[in-house]
Amino acid sequence: MVGPLIPMGVIPQAWDNVFAVLLGMGFGFTLEASGFSSSRKIIGTFFGYDFVVLKVFFTAAITAMLGLLYMSYTGLVEFSMLYIQPTYVTSAIVGGIVMGIGFSMGGYCPGTSFCAVAIGKLDALVFTIGMLVGILIFSESFPVFEKMYNSSFLGPKLVTDSLGISKGLFAFLLVFAAVGMFWGATWVEHKVKKVEY
Amino acid sequence: MNSKKNTGTFYLNPYLGGVFLGLVLMMTFYFTGRGLGASGAAKSTVVAAVNAVSHEHAEKSHYYGKFVTDDQHPMNTWLVFEVVGVLAGAFLSGLFFNRLKLKVEHSPKITSRRRLIFAVSGGILFGIGSQLAKGCTSGAALSGMAVLSLAGFITMMAIFGTAFIFAWVFKKNWI
Repeated sequence: MVGPLIPMGVIPQAWDNVFAVLLGMGFGFTLEASGFSSSRKIIGTFFGYDFVVLKVFFTAAITAMLGLLYMSYTGLVEFSMLYIQPTYVTSAIVGGIVMGIGFSMGGYCPGTSFCAVAIGKLDALVFTIGMLVGILIFSESFPVFEKMYNSSFLGPKLVTDSLGISKGLFAFLLVFAAVGMFWGATWVEHKVKKVEY
Repeated sequence: MNSKKNTGTFYLNPYLGGVFLGLVLMMTFYFTGRGLGASGAAKSTVVAAVNAVSHEHAEKSHYYGKFVTDDQHPMNTWLVFEVVGVLAGAFLSGLFFNRLKLKVEHSPKITSRRRLIFAVSGGILFGIGSQLAKGCTSGAALSGMAVLSLAGFITMMAIFGTAFIFAWVFKKNWI
């Protein structure tokens, strides 16, 4: 069956939200079981005492990327039917910087804060409330951000098109870089004093 | 594993967890043609709340206006259903690994109050940033990278690069 199954009409559209709940459960379970419900475990990546975020995040990105590329080569999935987030260079960078500061202060990102709320972390609940307030602030002051929000639009661009290399070569280089990072991270973990949390 | 499980300190091997997470993400694309996300559900919540208070205000706004339609409730989005699943899945994992507990987690060097002030401030910034970048660590960075989206890689580097620098600015809060 050639995917994506719901957009291709193999599975009826009515099942979309059922899959949303089931796939979300897999997402939430894996994040929590990997330790993403603890802000002090998450933030360990930046101080070198626990690299779980780096390891899980890049392993997941590479697994999904290789899987989808493989499925696309074998004709199991129609790559052009997958949703590619469009690129707005300026807002992606500025938004990412604002999120990065928020990350270092709050210790969570939205997905991990939901997981931490689910197991009873009150700091995550407060983070989530803050997030809703932040979205309200952004929306109400949208005219201030509107120009930047829409600027430097490149469409649904692939990183391989802007680098001018093939998907296979890019995947190989990314895996190579990730393995190097994992090796470096493990080395640093052994050097850095353990933090109890 | 059992003693660790009893004290709530058992976690999956990070590479195994990463492979599981990657397979969930891959299946999400295979079934639905889209990736996983998180901040989008928070946005829907805000849109729905504002729309309930003043439908006219929401419809006129250039921002809410993008997400308010006459035929569908603003909470009826794929990501809202997905986040319901995330909450349920994380709860089950917490139950299974003995981690269900009401608490404020913070470094012994700071008070709960300080932790909560920083948590709410971080949340506000994350809320603003995720709207600007049109997605967060899950929807823009992780899901974007899985399909080689340029935006995914840019957002990922901006988030982690900045957080790496600023974590040291706020070091006292953490270690």
